[in-house]
Amino acid sequence: MKSLFTSGHRGCAGCCDAMVAKFTLMAAGEDCIVISPTGCLEVMSTPYPETSWEVPWIHSLFENAGAVASGVEAALKAMGKKGDTKVIALAGDGATLDIGMRSISGAFERGHDITYVCMDNEAYMNTGVQRSGATPFDASTTTSPAGKVSYGNPLPKKNMPAIMAAHGSPYIATTSLGYPKDMIKKIKKATEIEGPTYIHAHAPCTTGWGFDTSKTVEVAKLAVQTGLWPLYEMENGEVTKVRKIGKQKKPVEDYLKMQKRFKHLFKMEGGEEQLKLIQALADKNIEDFGLE
Amino acid sequence: MTVIRTLDKDKMSVAEGSYAVAHAVKICRPNVISAYPITPQTHIVEDLSQFMADGEISNCEYITVESEFSALSALVGSAAAGARCYSATTSQGLELMHEVLFNMSGMRLPVVMTIANRAVSAPINIWNDHQDSISQRDTGWIQMYAEDLQESSDMTAQAYKVAEDKDVMMPAMTCMDGFILSHVYEPLVLLEQDLVDEYLPPYEPEYTLDPKNPLTFGAFADPTAYTEFRYLQQQAMDNALPKIEEAANEFYEIFGRYYGGLIDEYETEDADIILMAMGSLVGTIRDVVDKLRAKGIKVGLLKVRTFRPFPAEAIRNAIKGARVVVALDKNISLGLNEGALFTETKASLYNTKIDVPIVGRMIGHGGRDIPVKTIEDIVEEAKGIISSGINTESKYADLKEDLL
Repeated sequence: MKSLFTSGHRGCAGCCDAMVAKFTLMAAGEDCIVISPTGCLEVMSTPYPETSWEVPWIHSLFENAGAVASGVEAALKAMGKKGDTKVIALAGDGATLDIGMRSISGAFERGHDITYVCMDNEAYMNTGVQRSGATPFDASTTTSPAGKVSYGNPLPKKNMPAIMAAHGSPYIATTSLGYPKDMIKKIKKATEIEGPTYIHAHAPCTTGWGFDTSKTVEVAKLAVQTGLWPLYEMENGEVTKVRKIGKQKKPVEDYLKMQKRFKHLFKMEGGEEQLKLIQALADKNIEDFGLE
Repeated sequence: MTVIRTLDKDKMSVAEGSYAVAHAVKICRPNVISAYPITPQTHIVEDLSQFMADGEISNCEYITVESEFSALSALVGSAAAGARCYSATTSQGLELMHEVLFNMSGMRLPVVMTIANRAVSAPINIWNDHQDSISQRDTGWIQMYAEDLQESSDMTAQAYKVAEDKDVMMPAMTCMDGFILSHVYEPLVLLEQDLVDEYLPPYEPEYTLDPKNPLTFGAFADPTAYTEFRYLQQQAMDNALPKIEEAANEFYEIFGRYYGGLIDEYETEDADIILMAMGSLVGTIRDVVDKLRAKGIKVGLLKVRTFRPFPAEAIRNAIKGARVVVALDKNISLGLNEGALFTETKASLYNTKIDVPIVGRMIGHGGRDIPVKTIEDIVEEAKGIISSGINTESKYADLKEDLL
């Protein structure tokens, strides 16, 4: 499978965004138009006059990928050029869960034929690892640092797939860089379904999370195996498919201890209690989605 | 040449300003309209919605977005995909679009947007002044201000003509005074399809988002390249100056109507006193000029039709023979106590040999009525400047001391 996202970009070694972009274009093929808001992907893939994109690509603003994608789709329809062309927004979690929320909500409410892929690396990485609405509970970031009286981010991760499901999308799926085939299959399916579809891709960031650059896939797999990042598909608001963990089930510590952003939990007084709270989050996912 | 209207009575109808503009938009054959309702722009988008509901605009999608921010954002995508695009807004809506305005011009997307000019809050106020669009003057949009309903309508077609010119490729705002023009009914000629088709060719962009010819739009430019992008935008604005004149002249040839290009002059040739202004206020001043000329007072009117690009040379030529110039502004730069037209006209005279006294008077903010008497008082004051020099360089013209 050929990817139309070329090498030579300026991403970090082990960059998650580059991998998601690559897999997205593998799934979409040549006949697509990609919209990316401000973020790592935009900065590292389009330093003028270079570009990594072998498909038409547009960056607009941080908060408007949903609206720009709506406009692209509407223009193609109006001019009779839509055909099978896939309109894909490829955005980070800050642009999706936080600043771009309104524009995505509008696009999905209006029912544009677009696929929105969120590359969730759980913080504002491009700006230097600040907390976003996707940052998990107790992760230390530069705006939710662990300290003498703090275990890091005090808030749970926003449940974006559920919010998108509430918009009446025909297809929503979570996926992970730990499972590239799963990702390609789901993105392909999403782009082939008419209407607004949403893919939430868990994408570990070596720089922001603090793990070895060779471990992106391993860390991603552990998030799934611990139950912290369940993989499922939703069609018309109902969960239709779930990836079982089965015997691969791991304690959350296995996942957390690989990352610098959680290291304080293993050192601080009271850290054990916090680990139990995180385990409870994983257990709830396992129960809610029937992952065992 | 000053305002010329050869209006064919058989073609005339009575229409609301908003309807005239919506009709003009329809006749310009847009592919994508994206807008969010806000007073006093609302009637324009309502009329366009009705045209869509009645199947009167073909090959067009109307996106009913959830905010002004998304209205213009959607058009970034549409215009990049090669569509002729339209939106309309005002006041808070325009301010909400601020970031997208830069983005649109930076990507050189020739969208046209009507502004039904309105004051900005706080205090909240829905009536007319020019603070909203003037506050967007550095965003890289062409800005034109219409005097009346007929001009508001005709300016729409002219704006597309200029914006889509290959030497320009910049977005354009056509500004009409909220309520004063948007909600008023006047006799006018609605734009005719066959004539507009002759005047305005279909939009054929050089670059689009096309899977058969993949291009990257909105690349990231570091310090080695950003300056050149900005330089080219300024060059496009420079190019727009003659194109605006050409668009007005060509419009006259086809439609028989002319309102000025960058500026328009009325009784300025021998004028001792020149009043300059933008928008509907120009109409009031025109009447005052007639009245005072009848009394032998040598007063003239300089209508500034294009504010961005700023027609400095045209303005200098128009006012150089006057003994005093008064710039009337429906906006203020807080902290400077000056309106933008005054500041910029004054600046355009510096480093030249033109030595005309110029003062600024801020007037009609938040929809305050501008009676003939107020303009006459300003002329009276201007006479005093000729004899004894400038007393107050810039001030509000009609402050109510009892409210302070």
